[in-house]
Amino acid sequence: MVKTIAEINEKISSGSVCVVTAEEMADIVDDIGAEKAASEVDVVTTGTFGAMCSSGVFLNFGHSEIPIKITKMFLNDVEAYSGLAAVDSYLGAAQTSEKLGIKYGGAHVIEDLICGKEIDVLAHSYGTDCYPKKELATTITLEDLNQAIMVNPRNVYQKYDAATNGSKKTLHTYMGKLLPDFKNVTYSGAGILSPLSNDPTYRTIGAGTKIFIGGATGTIVGQGTQCSTASGFATLMTTGDLKEMTKEYVNASSFTGYGPSLFLGIGIPIPILDADMAKATAIRDADIEVSIKDYSVGLRDRPVVRNANYEELRSGSLQINGKEAATSCMSSFKKSRQVAEELKRQIASGTFFLGKNTTTLPARQSTKPMKETNKTLFVRDIMSRDVLQVEQTDSFIVAAKLMRQNESNHISVVSNKKLVGIITSWDISKAVADGKEETVEACMTKSVITCLPEETVETVAKRLAKFKISAIPVIDHQRNVVGLLTSEHISKLYTRGNV
Amino acid sequence: MKIKVNFPEKCVKSPMLSEIILKTGILVSIVSSHVDSKGGEMILDILDSNYELVKESFESRGAFVSTFNAFIRRNEDECVDCGACISVCPSHVFGYSEDWSLTMDMQKCVRCALCIDMCPHQALALEETDLE
Repeated sequence: MVKTIAEINEKISSGSVCVVTAEEMADIVDDIGAEKAASEVDVVTTGTFGAMCSSGVFLNFGHSEIPIKITKMFLNDVEAYSGLAAVDSYLGAAQTSEKLGIKYGGAHVIEDLICGKEIDVLAHSYGTDCYPKKELATTITLEDLNQAIMVNPRNVYQKYDAATNGSKKTLHTYMGKLLPDFKNVTYSGAGILSPLSNDPTYRTIGAGTKIFIGGATGTIVGQGTQCSTASGFATLMTTGDLKEMTKEYVNASSFTGYGPSLFLGIGIPIPILDADMAKATAIRDADIEVSIKDYSVGLRDRPVVRNANYEELRSGSLQINGKEAATSCMSSFKKSRQVAEELKRQIASGTFFLGKNTTTLPARQSTKPMKETNKTLFVRDIMSRDVLQVEQTDSFIVAAKLMRQNESNHISVVSNKKLVGIITSWDISKAVADGKEETVEACMTKSVITCLPEETVETVAKRLAKFKISAIPVIDHQRNVVGLLTSEHISKLYTRGNV
Repeated sequence: MKIKVNFPEKCVKSPMLSEIILKTGILVSIVSSHVDSKGGEMILDILDSNYELVKESFESRGAFVSTFNAFIRRNEDECVDCGACISVCPSHVFGYSEDWSLTMDMQKCVRCALCIDMCPHQALALEETDLE
């Protein structure tokens, strides 16, 4: 049996609609099967509540007595893009405050607007004959604006890879604080309640689909930016009226070391048109798998430590390399459930009708990396691969001879083939001046600063400067020396053009 | 249980804690300690059954002992029950209830403050003690 959205809307109108949440649907399909579930259930509600950095609002301020064509604008010291017509601007959630830095940003201005607070407005212009005013300062509340329309370029990720940290130092990321040595894993997404995971072929999701957004009724604009349907990481562009939103579902946040983001509650109703849709909405946490990535590698393609499904992530801990790692959710499952329940209530009470999507998301679309004309250079691209090394038990004369033969000032010191130190011509000068016949071990630097071949030259150049050193051994993960990077290698990049 | 010991200025030079440990044999964990020349304060973790003896031992030497229940404060208006704090807490203070609300078991808290900068909503803060 096949239903249409118009038929479901008639049922909503007459109060006979059967609507359940995605959590309830999983049990229903298990109990009575997809065919029967499709004939009984009309709508499945989903919900998610998490950080959606790629969000923002279009604001229209109306015209001032002496008109101004605003070219630059600040709201509570947070810049809003004003390269639009005279008194429109777009305030992005992730924009940071000029004075307060990353503690306060566009997301906080959005929350303050919703809460009815006064916002300080500062605007600049170059002045024209039709818009003579050049400077403007005023205070507004949400009520004073003609329109405040939320339009979010990238929301509602279908699922999101989890994060961990294999390095020795704590990382502060948009996935929260990641403890050293894989001690914790953070993840985001509503799993069983995830809107896009409940319609993974995107049959009913596209431009025109009506949604619950931030407490208001909104719509999907279409695919979101970086929408990757090919890999199951689809995103949506969404919109809704800020004036109808509430703090309960729109929350500003600031991640330590990263900056502001907007926590947003979004729910999408999935019409159960046939048994296929019923089957799709029976998905559970255990069916949705993501990768756990090591955020200590500062590259686009972070290494995958292992895979895990949402049931494992939600269990509170999982194993990484044989050790237990605690898990933290960065989105709120309690609030996701609240969104799905609220949407269910609105549909059941006849105050929310479904919107038919006029497009679907582009099939088999993947996301390209950035085209970089000045390509990122890695240590492996410019390091010297002639590995000069001595044993720590060798006399320093051995090291001195090696330096002379190779015209090098730095020799790596190994024991059992693993790096244990570095010896420089300066170390040998000191030993000679002190008149000592010494082993390499006695005059080398033991706390040696190292780098990996896959690190960027930029990262390692900063390390050279930080520790005031001129060369750094390049090692692999087993501490075998694979090369040497010197400040000379780096300066050559500028004297010879691109390497 | 956790107790707070206040040391007046006259007490800061005596090795009072060591004396008490050696004399009574009671084991204590130091949760935090702020003592300078003008006086100070320590938060100690002890077995409930040792409370009377520890209190008597400190107070007979001129310090003051009270039970301590000020740990981490949660602003419930800002908390969204995400659970970001759960995995960074070494003492397993945080967890979820049946309905995925955030729970806190304060008795486990050691005031390490690791949770505070993890919270994306700035909903957690250390309860201030007298000296902080």
